Amino acid sequence: MIENAFQFLQAQPLLLALVKILMVFAVLGGLVAYLVYMERKVLAFMQARLGPMRVGPWGLLQPIADGIKLLLKEDIIPQGADRTIFLLAPAISVMAAFTVFAVIPFAGNFFISDINIALLFILGVSSLGIYGIILGGWSSNSHYPLLGALRSSAQLVSYEVAAGMALVGVLLISNSLSMVEIVQRQQSMGVWNVFLQPVAFVIYVIAAVAETNRNPFDLPEAESELTAGFHTEYSGFRFALYFMAEYTNMIVVSCIAVTLFLGGWLRPFTSVKFLDFLNYVPPLALVGAAAFIFWLGRQSRVALERTILVGLSVLLVLVAGLVAIPPVLAAIQGIFWFTAKVLAFLYAFIWYRATFPRYRYDQLMNVGWRVMIPVAMANLVVTAVLRYFLSGHAVAAPAALLIGN
Amino acid sequence: MPEATYLDASELVINMGPQHPATHGVLRVKLKLDGEKVLGSDCVIGYLHRGVEKIAENRTYTQFAPYTDRMDYVAAVTNGMGYVEAVEKLLGVELPPRAQYTRMILAELQRIASHLLWLGTHALDIGAMTPVFYTFREREEILKIFENYCGARLTTHAFRIGGLQYDLYDGFEREVTKFCDYFLPKVAEYETLLTTNRIWLKRTKNVGVISAADAIAMGVTGPVLRGSGVKWDIRKAQPYEAYDKVEFDVPIGQNCDTYDRYLVRMEEMRQSVRIIRQSVDRIAPGPIMGKVGKVIKPPVGEVYHSIEAPKGELGYFVVSDGSTYPYRVRVRPPSFINLQALDIMIRGHLIADVVAVIGTLDIVLGEVDR
Repeated sequence: MIENAFQFLQAQPLLLALVKILMVFAVLGGLVAYLVYMERKVLAFMQARLGPMRVGPWGLLQPIADGIKLLLKEDIIPQGADRTIFLLAPAISVMAAFTVFAVIPFAGNFFISDINIALLFILGVSSLGIYGIILGGWSSNSHYPLLGALRSSAQLVSYEVAAGMALVGVLLISNSLSMVEIVQRQQSMGVWNVFLQPVAFVIYVIAAVAETNRNPFDLPEAESELTAGFHTEYSGFRFALYFMAEYTNMIVVSCIAVTLFLGGWLRPFTSVKFLDFLNYVPPLALVGAAAFIFWLGRQSRVALERTILVGLSVLLVLVAGLVAIPPVLAAIQGIFWFTAKVLAFLYAFIWYRATFPRYRYDQLMNVGWRVMIPVAMANLVVTAVLRYFLSGHAVAAPAALLIGN
Repeated sequence: MPEATYLDASELVINMGPQHPATHGVLRVKLKLDGEKVLGSDCVIGYLHRGVEKIAENRTYTQFAPYTDRMDYVAAVTNGMGYVEAVEKLLGVELPPRAQYTRMILAELQRIASHLLWLGTHALDIGAMTPVFYTFREREEILKIFENYCGARLTTHAFRIGGLQYDLYDGFEREVTKFCDYFLPKVAEYETLLTTNRIWLKRTKNVGVISAADAIAMGVTGPVLRGSGVKWDIRKAQPYEAYDKVEFDVPIGQNCDTYDRYLVRMEEMRQSVRIIRQSVDRIAPGPIMGKVGKVIKPPVGEVYHSIEAPKGELGYFVVSDGSTYPYRVRVRPPSFINLQALDIMIRGHLIADVVAVIGTLDIVLGEVDR
């Protein structure tokens, strides 16, 4: 038994995976918290206001304060609720959201695992997340959550069909279900999938917005019509779990879109020699951030804040210097570009929210079933036919597998 | 509301409000639903009833004027204007032109402010959260002008019976013109966000349709009536102040739906700017009060006077028994009467449309309940 445990620990790949999992968890936890902050700030700037400003310089500590508040709040369980399921449901949502990161390659050499059915795994696990919503709404034993849960599960299921079909298009041209191979394929072809599958990309983006319950498809949480939807009865940290699941899902769909359509960790224009100076964007971005923080620090009227911010900017400049060293630079390229693309995608999510009104429920279903799914099907057929005639051999087996699903 | 049969299990009666983010105050709507489809509705009002009309009987004419501001509290200037004009009609007072044009400028600014509040909340109800912040930014500029003029931003009590309480402050004309120049591009900005937005069109076109005949039968007035294609604007039909001396158009809609009412109100804001510009040009130095005594004591008689408030026809029926107290003041508030049309506008639509229709009626519960 002890020997077994020893051997287990010694098994290098597993240990490495464990470390990676911890890293991903730590980074994601922070990222989710600061995604909320980013959303509030970006929305605020688009709406001619300031957003959080009170907790820390420029409200930077707001997510931490929110987290602590939610942790310390009372966890209310309604009297008629099905206790076990009520307690379990948010955990299902969060787990499903986090599990997907197991197969997402953050860089060419940084991923938790590279399995050959990664795409299927993602579709399967993210569908499981719906159980969290249905069970949560049902076990609350209350009208609004039940209606919200039904609405959102109907919405998620129907848009998942369109999203799945859009992904099959990518599958056909990259000949693999492995996320790493899909990116490598884009590298070897010298063109991102978005240029080969623009229709699929657009469909996937729309479906992704719908799947994450974001505006203009945020009907389950339409506060001007219903109350908070499926999580009406949740409070305290269980509510925070749902909240986390939603924002993690935003990151998940962004990561998938970036990996499948936007070249994953690849730098833009890797095949164009004279654009190689783009390799130096990461340290320059750090220097830019340092300059911004320095400027913030100079503006601050609180001595402590000033010291911290100026110190932080100096630290960032040092890190930028470190990053500029060629081997380090090569090592972080992938991570940097991946993060940058995902952030751009998330920014777009927030942008939609500031711009669009909300669809009505019947219109939402119409768009899903009458527009998105037929277009996705047409795209799939056209891709398959072209693929067959252009490359001379039959459609890859995995595609058949996925369609059959 | 059709009688409940209690046999059909798919019928569901739900309660919307009085605490609901989309009912613009304390309106309670009982909805009878088949799934999400609305079969009928009942409005329950009175949660904000303050007995304003009864209060009037125990106040002098002058004392009652501030109470009128508190009915439609997002358009206090026009509310006060309706009342003082009704009493002036009873007294037979002629206003000096400076007072008339000042009243018109402030009333049109108030119309813009009221429409801005409507636009922001209406869009917010339909899910577009950004316009409300833009419209409040512009509304703020108008409130600043009010504040500079009379010291109050919301419940202004801007006018006196017989004229104005204050003369214009230095730089008033300049500030108002500056606002007009600043404001017109902003209307275009709101339109870029909404007017051709696919989702906005889907949510507002053919929603809350009320035919011209129905609208007239229901007594609906203001932009809601004009959205149904009836060219009825009291500023044109029965001009008061100096509205017959300025040029402006009365926009009307054709399709009788929420979208047309939206377009009508957007155009009305532009027309208000036109009126303000002309009034600023014509305003000349002179007296600001007509000939009224220190004690307001109208002769025995009664008078009905109505004006075009931002939300529709606002009428005051004032009865005098010759004393310093009005014998009776009856208010015809546009919101109250427009709200009648809610039921026929939402029948057959979905719950989400109820919110849109309440928004497009532009009601203020302070005025509905009085």
